[in-house]
Amino acid sequence: MATLRQRALGWLYRRPEAQAWALLAPGAFWLAAFFLIPILIMLVYSLMPRGIYGGVERGFTLEHYARFFDPLYLQVLQQTFLWSISCTVICLVLGYPVAYVIVRSGRWRNLLLFLVVLPFWTSFLVRTFAMIFLMRDTGLINNWLLKLGIIDQSLTILYTPFAVMIGLIYGFLPFMILPIYASLEKLDESLLEAAEVLGATPSARFRRVTLPLSMPGVVAGCLLVFIPALGSFLTSDLLGGAKELMIGNLVQNQFSAARNWPFGSAASFIVMALVLAAVMIYLRVKDPTPARDH
Amino acid sequence: MRLRTPRWLIGFAGLVYLFLHLPILVLMVFSFNNSKFSVDWRGFTLQWYHRLLEPPDILRGLKISLIVGGAATVISTVLGTFIALALARHQFRGRRAFEGFLYVPIVTPEIVVGISLLILFALLKFPLGVTTITIAHVAFCISFVVVVVLARLEGMDQNLEEAALILGADEITTFWRVTVPQLWPGILAGALLAFTMSFDDYVITSFVSGSGSSTLPIVVYGMVRKNVEPSINAISTIILVVTAILIYVADRLVRAR
Amino acid sequence: MTAAPKNNPVVQFVNVSKTFGDVKAVDSLSIEIHRGEFFSLLGPSGCGKTTTLRLLAGFEEPDEDGGEVRLLGETVNKKRPYERRIAMVFQNYALFPHLTVARNVSFGLEQRKTPKEQIEGRVRRALEMVRLKPDVFSGRMPSQLSGGQRQRVALARALVLEPAILLLDEPLGAIDLKLRKEMQLELKALNKQLGTTFIYVTHDQEEALTMSDRIAVMDNARVAQLGTPAEIYENPRTAFVAKFIGESNFFGGQADGRTGGQWVVTQNGGVSFRVLDHPSVRQGKPVRIAVRPEWMDVWPPDSVPAGENALNGVIRDIIYLGETMHVIVTVPGAGDVTVAVRNEGQLIKPLLWKRGDPAAVAWLPEDCQVLEGE
Repeated sequence: MATLRQRALGWLYRRPEAQAWALLAPGAFWLAAFFLIPILIMLVYSLMPRGIYGGVERGFTLEHYARFFDPLYLQVLQQTFLWSISCTVICLVLGYPVAYVIVRSGRWRNLLLFLVVLPFWTSFLVRTFAMIFLMRDTGLINNWLLKLGIIDQSLTILYTPFAVMIGLIYGFLPFMILPIYASLEKLDESLLEAAEVLGATPSARFRRVTLPLSMPGVVAGCLLVFIPALGSFLTSDLLGGAKELMIGNLVQNQFSAARNWPFGSAASFIVMALVLAAVMIYLRVKDPTPARDH
Repeated sequence: MRLRTPRWLIGFAGLVYLFLHLPILVLMVFSFNNSKFSVDWRGFTLQWYHRLLEPPDILRGLKISLIVGGAATVISTVLGTFIALALARHQFRGRRAFEGFLYVPIVTPEIVVGISLLILFALLKFPLGVTTITIAHVAFCISFVVVVVLARLEGMDQNLEEAALILGADEITTFWRVTVPQLWPGILAGALLAFTMSFDDYVITSFVSGSGSSTLPIVVYGMVRKNVEPSINAISTIILVVTAILIYVADRLVRAR
Repeated sequence: MTAAPKNNPVVQFVNVSKTFGDVKAVDSLSIEIHRGEFFSLLGPSGCGKTTTLRLLAGFEEPDEDGGEVRLLGETVNKKRPYERRIAMVFQNYALFPHLTVARNVSFGLEQRKTPKEQIEGRVRRALEMVRLKPDVFSGRMPSQLSGGQRQRVALARALVLEPAILLLDEPLGAIDLKLRKEMQLELKALNKQLGTTFIYVTHDQEEALTMSDRIAVMDNARVAQLGTPAEIYENPRTAFVAKFIGESNFFGGQADGRTGGQWVVTQNGGVSFRVLDHPSVRQGKPVRIAVRPEWMDVWPPDSVPAGENALNGVIRDIIYLGETMHVIVTVPGAGDVTVAVRNEGQLIKPLLWKRGDPAAVAWLPEDCQVLEGE
């Protein structure tokens, strides 16, 4: 006398794996079809010769990857790498104190946190434009400097490497602050008090208790800045002018003006590989092989 | 707080906050400036906001952004919630691998996602337009929804569902009467996040949109490139305010209970 | 073996086993529970008591050939919880946070499609039964209630269904001591008043002794002993039960001859004591007994009355516990023996003993609890 519903539930109940797969299937399919497979296709493309219209032809070649040994492209790689690292370091220096202050801000905490979360989610494009508005020749900074008589002529701030660096830092700073905050928040105050009782000065307490315990957050923050910086494109595009400053720009160019899809794919894949390498390193650092017994 | 924060540290943090927010505030203030080219303050005006309505592309961009955003949000929220349910409640083979796979979209640079999808659509000879944009947005939003909903699920009391079962509700009834109401703030927060990311996306969209399907960020990008003044400030301000409201609500939801 | 009257068992476990991975949580369990009983499953964490309860509720199913669970005579192994007419109260209340108290309580009634007109009345009566004023509490949300109040609502939610069997999974664990004692008595009263069979899981032996008609003491997936509180406390059958319930002193030796209904058990050191005849005592075989501190006494050495067992030792410590005094005597070959002596007022009639005094511990042969296997 069991109804259809009861029978279906009974059947499903006894097969927990079937339940799991039924739930996962649609999403997994979407991700496989529209994320995984395209990237694999891109990989295949990167190994094929360039066709007449910029697409691909049959064949196998490593020439696109080989091109990266060309000093011109090596330089781009180098520059991207250097900038990403510098951006990460500066964000760390700027961001750590902010996270530290937020943790200790008592009743202001929620507000201060929200003020960091907000830029984190706000349109990158809009925030980058804010930088343009400030930095261009007719922008606010120049305007005020001229008015105050500090300079006679507009400084060229925009479309310089300096502008790109500022833009990167501005863009990614919130990504550094939040993980460090999360880590510091978990810190037990009583550990610091214990250290104080044992005679540690404030700087010693920081060096030997706070800093080591906040390391997971620091590492996570560095990763969250370094990785997008590596793949960054919009910042250098809008703030750096028409030059190909970072790999992201190089890639984009291959799919528009330069019309060289396989080369663009190769470049894109190199970015992907760098990112995955960074993630692997992070995972190693996060969960090292279990410590020996004390 | 026993331990006081040094003054200089607070000052330093304050400067960083200024760095983070001043540009945006300036941007917003000058959207009301009664001057087309000059960066001097010439009085308050709403004309730039009115001007936004003139060229059709802004409204059209907004419309497309809303359509894509709405569709992408619904699809990614449903798919993401199901995945979160599967991960939270079941053990299955390949679980570890799947979890890893799920987090890859979060770390993958947008440019990689964008061009790989462009290649796919070109290969399939699928015309670029609202559909392709939606497909792309769902692909990168799913993982974020999973993270948010999963967090909410893991904090959920499993006894609640058992209580419902023993009170006579079968699995489906329990899902609707107990699980979903509990999960709802998380699902809503995930949906808001997905919408925000979809609405704000430029990079991925730029690769998979056709000529007739420019979303709002694409229109804004064009305006920035062409230096169309100060309407850009106006549209930016609107985008900022809308995002702020959405994030505030999502933040509240995640924190509730 | 049991003293309870034999009605039709409402619950039967027939050789039930449940394995998780390679751990056997429940091992060939066979129990019968009678109508209207207050039956407790007692044991330390991990002994299998909660799993047993969950098998009854239907949240777990027995292993493939892991016996039968029977409710009211019917085998329910494959039945889902919502197909069993059983109610349950959870350890952490499990009240639905998004529903009011009234909607929480009526949830089960709604599932059974009880007509609307009846629901309100039954909810009111259920709340009154757990001593919560319906007018005050019906509209409140669980988050506005204290722990004790939440537990009462959870109880009302279960009782409103007028179940034949009520399962309780350590319901008083998170409640503070004084309230807990009150609620223990209330639960006991409800059990008698309603005639509902209560099946109660706890790790607190005092609680089990207070409330139960019968107790199943569980250890390592098996039932170590099943009986009334008196049987469990006064005749513990294994060392585990003797240790888990109350306090016990342990003595051992070899059975060495029998005279007049008593066995002589000789310890390693040569000193012996007497034990009443017991089926599991055999000549030459090792014997282990438990004796409760309150059945023992302290005497000056070698002045123990005839007929009592006596072991000489030295007083190691005297602990003041208010109602009783615990005198701890170190006896060679038996370790530290605790003797509970009534405190007749240390300020008026102090004990004559001090730390370091030689003394003898004594007890009657009838008070030896012979322990079976390990």
